[in-house]
Amino acid sequence: MIQFFNVSKIYAGEVKVTALEDVNLTIEKGEFIFLVGPSGAGKSTLTKLIIREEIATNGQVMVDGKSLARMKQREIPYYRRNIGFVFQDFRLLMTRTVYENVAFAAESVEMTRTQIRQRVPMVLEMMGLDQKRNAFPHQLSGGQQQRLGIARAMVNNPTMIIADEPTGNLDPETSSEIMQIFQAINRRGTTVMIATHDKAMVDKLRQRVIQLRGGFVVRDQKNGGYAE
Amino acid sequence: MKVSSLGYVVRDGFRNVWRNKVMSVASISTVAISLFLLGVVWLFISNVNHMVTKVESELEINAYIDKTYTRDQGEELMQQISRLPGIALVSYVTKEEALLILNGRFGPEANLAETVGEYNPLPDLIKIKASRPELVPDLAKKLENTIGIETVRYGQGTVERLLQTADWVERAGFVGLIGISVAAIFLISTSIRLTVYSRREEITIMRLVGATNWYIRWPFLVEGIFIGLFGSFMACAILYFGYMQLAKYLTVNLTFIPLLTDREVLLTMGGNILAYGSGLGLIGSFLSVFRYLRV
Repeated sequence: MIQFFNVSKIYAGEVKVTALEDVNLTIEKGEFIFLVGPSGAGKSTLTKLIIREEIATNGQVMVDGKSLARMKQREIPYYRRNIGFVFQDFRLLMTRTVYENVAFAAESVEMTRTQIRQRVPMVLEMMGLDQKRNAFPHQLSGGQQQRLGIARAMVNNPTMIIADEPTGNLDPETSSEIMQIFQAINRRGTTVMIATHDKAMVDKLRQRVIQLRGGFVVRDQKNGGYAE
Repeated sequence: MKVSSLGYVVRDGFRNVWRNKVMSVASISTVAISLFLLGVVWLFISNVNHMVTKVESELEINAYIDKTYTRDQGEELMQQISRLPGIALVSYVTKEEALLILNGRFGPEANLAETVGEYNPLPDLIKIKASRPELVPDLAKKLENTIGIETVRYGQGTVERLLQTADWVERAGFVGLIGISVAAIFLISTSIRLTVYSRREEITIMRLVGATNWYIRWPFLVEGIFIGLFGSFMACAILYFGYMQLAKYLTVNLTFIPLLTDREVLLTMGGNILAYGSGLGLIGSFLSVFRYLRV
């Protein structure tokens, strides 16, 4: 469970930018959440606070009752292993094969070779990429590339998936296919949080919607649509 | 970091070197040059020290006998000298024997006896070995004042000159070594900085999936160590073959220079060069990793 208590994030610089202000949220295990709002509303900051890439300026972000601000530097990597991150631009290693892209993430968290040989084919099969294991990312369609991105995020068997505009670069049909994958992952008990501008998708799936504007949470609605 | 991840780390370190071929070659060459210099200085100093020990142990006094003396008078003089304190050994060298010895130094083709003809300009001499090297200067002085001795020669100043040269080479080598080591460290660190840049995507992914800081850093440190090791291997190989060629040349042409060819001494030097090289690599990579790698 993730909790935000009166969280503000101010980026100090020549001009102070308030990215989030007085945010209060609770995210339960196994939830499916859409994070919506215009660019600069604070969506990215909110996800960065969850993965402990940033620390709240004021307030507390708690995960399973523990404060992220007080987490020790060396504990952060182990904490991040519970969260899979999916990018809008996929961020695949273009010089490595499909298999190697996923194995790379598994090696990074120091899985043994035996574990990797079991786990990587499993997630590739789950994402329908088992036939493409020796292909390079540029040989894949946009949808396949994003499925590879999700496979990489899933290889650690995380308890939560955070996706930043995962369908932003995809056509509607492929977007719909990717959303089905996220739903399938969510049905297995994994918490899914998706930051998106995809109005049609949000309206169609009717999940919990957290809407941000100018750093404030302006709406937190169960079974919501893209707009109020 | 887990021990089981060692394989990944070493593989990635090697891959880093391979990917940045141009910079890696430049860094490896600089390390090789700097360690070659270290090796040359080292070999030179070891050889001078070796020579000094040898010269000191062989230090003997040549006392040349007055040319007007007969051989009997000369031999009597030798008996007289042998009774002096601090004398270990005396021997009489006739001028004919002296000519033969000199002839030997010029090589088998020379024929000095024929060149000088009837007249042998060399005097008879008495060779004296002191019981301890440090007694030589005093003994020489005493001999100079002995009637019937014309001149006295021993390795005056040779040892001092050798040690002085060694000292000078050591200083110059040290300064050169520091300069070139700094250049090597700088190049290694630049090389690793470039690898960090070219792998920034991978580093981002590694951080997000939860790789530990040391798991991210190690391949770059390994890259530095590899560069240092390759460079020192190169230096060792060049030094070994160069030195062996020199040794071969000297044993044939300049037999009086006693070159050091102890296996143990050379192996120690090789080991030290490898250690120094990997040290340079490690320092270079540390500088870059902690400056440019944000984990």
